[in-house]
Amino acid sequence: METLGHLAHGFSVAFTPVNLLWCLLGTTLGTAIGVLPGLGPALTIALLLPITYQVAPEASFILFAGIYYGAMYGGSTTSILLNTPGESATIVTALEGNKMARSGRGGAALATSAIGSFVAGTIGTMGVAFLAPVVVKFALAFGPAEYFSLMVLAFITVSAVLGSSSVRGLTSLFAGFVIGMIGVDLQTGQPRFTFGMTELLDGVDVIIAAVGLFAVGETLYMASRRYAGKDEIVPLRGSLYMTSAEWGRSWKPWLRGAAIGFPIGAMPAGGAEIPTFLSYAIEKKLSNHKEEFGTVGAIEGVAGPEAANNASAAGVLVPMLTLGLPTSATAAIMLSAFQSYGINPGPLLLTTQGDLVWGLIASLFIANVILVILNLPLIGLWVRLLKIPAPQLYAGILVFATVGTYGISQSPIDLVILYLLGAAGFLMRRFDFPTAPVIIGMILGPLAETQFRRAMTISNGDWSVFYKHPLSLTLLTLAFIGLVGPHIWAYVEHRRRRGPEHVPGDA
Amino acid sequence: MSSSDQQAAPSRLAVPELLIGVGLLACAGAVAWQTLAIPVSPLYSKVGPTVFPYLTMVGLVVLSLLLILAALRGGWQPEEEKETPTDWRAMGFVVIGLVANLLLIQPLGFTAASVIMFVLVCYGFGSKRTLRDVGLGLILALAAYFGFARALGVNIGAGFIENQLNTVIDAIIGTFGA
Repeated sequence: METLGHLAHGFSVAFTPVNLLWCLLGTTLGTAIGVLPGLGPALTIALLLPITYQVAPEASFILFAGIYYGAMYGGSTTSILLNTPGESATIVTALEGNKMARSGRGGAALATSAIGSFVAGTIGTMGVAFLAPVVVKFALAFGPAEYFSLMVLAFITVSAVLGSSSVRGLTSLFAGFVIGMIGVDLQTGQPRFTFGMTELLDGVDVIIAAVGLFAVGETLYMASRRYAGKDEIVPLRGSLYMTSAEWGRSWKPWLRGAAIGFPIGAMPAGGAEIPTFLSYAIEKKLSNHKEEFGTVGAIEGVAGPEAANNASAAGVLVPMLTLGLPTSATAAIMLSAFQSYGINPGPLLLTTQGDLVWGLIASLFIANVILVILNLPLIGLWVRLLKIPAPQLYAGILVFATVGTYGISQSPIDLVILYLLGAAGFLMRRFDFPTAPVIIGMILGPLAETQFRRAMTISNGDWSVFYKHPLSLTLLTLAFIGLVGPHIWAYVEHRRRRGPEHVPGDA
Repeated sequence: MSSSDQQAAPSRLAVPELLIGVGLLACAGAVAWQTLAIPVSPLYSKVGPTVFPYLTMVGLVVLSLLLILAALRGGWQPEEEKETPTDWRAMGFVVIGLVANLLLIQPLGFTAASVIMFVLVCYGFGSKRTLRDVGLGLILALAAYFGFARALGVNIGAGFIENQLNTVIDAIIGTFGA
């Protein structure tokens, strides 16, 4: 029950007028960028990183958390009304949600997704509050070898297990490693990968990487795809109030979605794709209205995945706050915000920065309340945002991209790096390479290297530390299974399917 | 012609994907070159600053070989990506806008350079009302400039537009402050 005391203290931090204003600003901005295609929470938080030089850590993390949660709410609106999933996590919402909107039940779809997000977000945030202290107890026993192995596991899951191809995911991750290593090596003071340029001694700023990959790359991609079919906004019809039948069909999927989403999000694997798809499959199986799936749109198929999405978003905060382990691009950029304050997220964070962590968790509860209000009664406002025409939207994104990049050091070199990364981002988008592992590799790679070198220094250069510690060995084994397992399984399946064809030939 | 039959098999080679694989291999080469350039102090001979770069290089080489192999087997592009033609004209205008911004941001200042980029990108995306875009770009660039420069305390390149406005704003603040 210690947690409740901490939470009460957290609310006293979050309920100050200034912090409430930051929360309101964050949630509003988050909803807006969630609604707008082409803008996401990772890019927005990266652009706002300079704020960490101006305000207290509590204020900026309450702002960032509001943006993070808000983007989840806003993203579902776009999925339902435009059928263009703003983020990969809302692909499933678009499946049924857009069908519902087309058959005149858009209001109910928006309502079940907003209320479901609220329910699951609140459950997920409660999960963070109660699970974080438990994880910390375990994490205190971690040495550098265990940390390194845990990071290896996270690298494998975010790049190789999730996503469409492990080779392309790992390529993105390794590209992130290279970008992360540019600059002066902190332990020996040697410059690395600078190509003799003094501008690169400080390394590539995460703002430039995020803006280049997400803003410039995305704009180039959208320009190149102008011939592709355009999605039309489905006008919002139907009451925003759900009927009692719709409530009855929604509440169980919300709870099931939260129960699926939070644990998967909290694992060092992260990712919202798996829980949302899992929730969709389960709801489709359990539903009494199977005929509505894929035809007129089933409300269960919106309620469950939306809940799973928000609960897993909350879950991602557990490894981030307790282990310093980001498993999404947004979490990685939030980690760099911690670094900019000189704070190291890890097991000690909850005790040394109690005000910050518990204030942040409390503000997430408040953000959920604000968001359900912003996204239901005020939904008309956000629908209007969807009508911003593409030319001005993308041109505007580039203007803000320039401000964020050029503002770092007023150096045109930064713009050159931005454009190079933008070109890389375009190619990655065009040829189906995931971009999030680049950001994660760039932020987490140097941390993994530090732990690796620390472990090797303690063991006096003996590699066996990584497999003689049981916990470290377990984590590395899991990582290996994650990397090789799916391929072996696919091979076995392949053989099994081909088997019967070959038998007649042999006979 | 029998050669056309033979060409059916090699045509599975996916050229864009192959270029990506080869490009990545070149990147791995650059990583190797830069790693060799890192001076290593004998004090850190066990796990010095070059161990991770070497690991990364090996990883990149393996991955680029796997990508080249995938390209030789027909590539991995989804059908819909292949079928949609690339709009080179729109992309060209976006690139021109970006380069113009890069070249003009120092001589003209952030706002003027941004307006030019905004108009070019809008035009590339198919906007026909250029004059309106100039106005919109100006409003947006000024909002971005003052939002960042004044609120976030970030110093971004001021040109003649910003300097004029800053003088006006300071004058107004001065009048009201006095």
